[in-house]
Amino acid sequence: MPTGADLTALGVTLKLAALATTVLLLLGTPLAWWLSRTRWRFKFVLEAVVALPLVLPPTVLGFYLLIAFGPHGPLGKLMAAVGGPPLAFSFSGLLVGSVIYSMPFVVQPLQDAFAAVGRRPLEVAATLRASPIDRFFSVAVPLARPGFLTATVLGFAHTVGEFGVVLMIGGNIPGETQVLSIALYDHVEGLEYGHAHWLSGGLLLTSFLMLIAVYGLNRRFRVLRP
Amino acid sequence: MRARFRVARGEFTLDVDLSLPASGVTALFGPSGCGKTTLLRAIAGLERHDDGYLQIGETTWQDADLFVPPHRRALGYVFQEASLFEHLTVRSNLDYAANRVPAAERRVPVDRAVELLGIGTLLDRRPAHLSGGERQRVAIARALAASPRLLLMDEPLASLDRQRKGEILPYLESLHRELDMPLLYVSHSHDEVARLADHLVLLECGRAEGSGPIDEMLTRLDLSLAHGPDAEALIEATVSEHDEEFDLTYLDSGVGRFSVARRALPVGSRVRVRVAARDVSLTLSPQSDTSILNIFPATVEEVAAEAEGQATVRLKVGGIPMLARVTRKSAAALGLESGKKVFAQAKSVALLA
Amino acid sequence: MKILATAALVGLLVGVPASAERIRVAVASNFAGAARKIVERFEARVDHQVDLSLGSTGKHYAQIVHGAPFDAFLAADAWRPELLERDGLARSGSRFTYARGRLVLWSATVGLVDPGGRVLDQGEFRHLAIAHPELAPYGRAAREVLTALGRWDALAARLVRGEDVGQAFQFVASGNAELGFVSYSQVRQLEGSIDGSLWQVPENLYSPIEQQAVLLSDREAARAFLRFLRGAEALEIIRDAGYGAP
Repeated sequence: MPTGADLTALGVTLKLAALATTVLLLLGTPLAWWLSRTRWRFKFVLEAVVALPLVLPPTVLGFYLLIAFGPHGPLGKLMAAVGGPPLAFSFSGLLVGSVIYSMPFVVQPLQDAFAAVGRRPLEVAATLRASPIDRFFSVAVPLARPGFLTATVLGFAHTVGEFGVVLMIGGNIPGETQVLSIALYDHVEGLEYGHAHWLSGGLLLTSFLMLIAVYGLNRRFRVLRP
Repeated sequence: MRARFRVARGEFTLDVDLSLPASGVTALFGPSGCGKTTLLRAIAGLERHDDGYLQIGETTWQDADLFVPPHRRALGYVFQEASLFEHLTVRSNLDYAANRVPAAERRVPVDRAVELLGIGTLLDRRPAHLSGGERQRVAIARALAASPRLLLMDEPLASLDRQRKGEILPYLESLHRELDMPLLYVSHSHDEVARLADHLVLLECGRAEGSGPIDEMLTRLDLSLAHGPDAEALIEATVSEHDEEFDLTYLDSGVGRFSVARRALPVGSRVRVRVAARDVSLTLSPQSDTSILNIFPATVEEVAAEAEGQATVRLKVGGIPMLARVTRKSAAALGLESGKKVFAQAKSVALLA
Repeated sequence: MKILATAALVGLLVGVPASAERIRVAVASNFAGAARKIVERFEARVDHQVDLSLGSTGKHYAQIVHGAPFDAFLAADAWRPELLERDGLARSGSRFTYARGRLVLWSATVGLVDPGGRVLDQGEFRHLAIAHPELAPYGRAAREVLTALGRWDALAARLVRGEDVGQAFQFVASGNAELGFVSYSQVRQLEGSIDGSLWQVPENLYSPIEQQAVLLSDREAARAFLRFLRGAEALEIIRDAGYGAP
């Protein structure tokens, strides 16, 4: 059975995943849109930056974030300058870390979906008197719907599964930065394999169901496309 | 309407300066790769070329300091592929256009567009469930529902098979009759142009070789159109009477009366008659002992030599230009030269309706 | 594949004197620096070769339980070696304390930590880093110290927990936590690259942090290595690295 601390960790995890996904959709949508449209010569550099968390060990990202959050790091200095709270060992810090860490899982499906929409429907909309913003919301977004679905589920699931980054910058504070994967880790380290099984099984099942949802729904949407 | 564009893109250059009529159908005609689509896209504002000038009536859409983006240009654009919004039903596709027209500019209600294109039964369908011809009709209706001041069509029939083309052409012709909306129509199909166009711009290698009323353009000997194997003249005519006994239909035109195989058209219908140059022979005196019915007195305007011993003769019949393709030998024998009075006999004519 | 493997095996058998062996030793990360020096000396003396596998004691334990082919295990605590011995996964009677961890209260800021540790009472800091008190020996020791000083409850809200002492050290070194309970060996390893301040916590405030080693296989080279680890030469290295003698 999960312990009370596990349930608190579950709450933190869900809140973190939901907020990170929301922030990622808000930031990632314009970025993905821009990446799918631009003819900028060095766009591939930005794409590589976005994709970095895919290949970097999360602990590397976490380590650099820890340095960046510190009093001598750029983010730490910035927060101090604007009078904000330090990011390390705080929920906000985890949110920043999660947004960076899950970025490719949101931006890439969106970028692919926008690219698949192509220029033509937007040109048509332009000739039908739709302004650029109008045609983005009335044409690009609905046509890219499968991409949004994939991005949302993957961004959420990946944040739920996040471990290395939280390990490095979280400080394991119950109710604030102790997420499910850390609680799981502690159970394993503490040889509490029964609890570990509960959490691992739960995470595995949840992730599997979310992926089933993505693939299932995307298949249904594809039927509507020519 | 005035359109001037200069575009240099790699090997390709487009350099045109056109004054076009503000009504009727203007065909941008020429071989593939001659810049037709580029010109149309420049007019729509879909591509921005800095060296350009575009004025529609009193409204300037582009000059040295001005570029009106496409969504602020009151135009309709029909692409080669229908490009319907796949996430919307047919009705929503039409509403998409209509809802974005300011009330003061609303000229074509959705219902009217639906009726003109005959798509009333398709309204609740998704584009994915339409045939190619239906999709293109919806696309045309959608462009109309945007109440454009100028309608642009980029080879709207090119992606359809012959049967589907035949399905759509009558709708295009009716647009022409029913709506007072200038249409700029890109095509490389002789047939479509002959049926639809009032005015023709001949584009070759990025340049406008000529521009004028279609009957003039088809018969100008200084242009390529009059020299091909398909050279022909177009003559506007009216159905005047049907001959029950011989199963014929008589058409009256500026050239005279044509007799054609009977067609079920109401008397008074406006039709176009196509007379191919190779079907026209010339005599110096009127022939009565001939099976040919369509014989008209004509005046030779100009003679141009062709390859393989042929010559093309431009005639005027009642002020209307026609072409005849004869051998150079015959031309010499008959003494064909400017001002010569002859009789043109059309072996067969095609009726476009 | 098979041919290659056979060739490699033959090469090993032929090319290396019969007495020379190659062993794998799992070592707690906090002991990495000292372990490398000890292996260097050991290999200079004998023909054997030692491959070190660094990592957390918890992970090593799980790997050993599931059959990882380690010949010896240098843990960060006494608990895991005890469990292995009890369950018959380690050679019985081979367990011994090879080093004693020394707890320090350390800050990367000069002058923040006073030599008496009174900073804990005054509390001019936002975060105090410790290792996980249930999982890591240094975390347990830190909790004992705070409890003994009567500061555990007062400071609970300011504690940030690393999974192990390595992480606690990283929190402090990066400045995200102003101070923390870490291992003296870690501060020694910095060799003065950070001018911080520290308090050597009196050893009567916490129960000993015994780092124990066990033998997992019956190989002669592994026995030889553990023998070497108890010898005077290794002991000097261990002391120099900031650990207390067993």
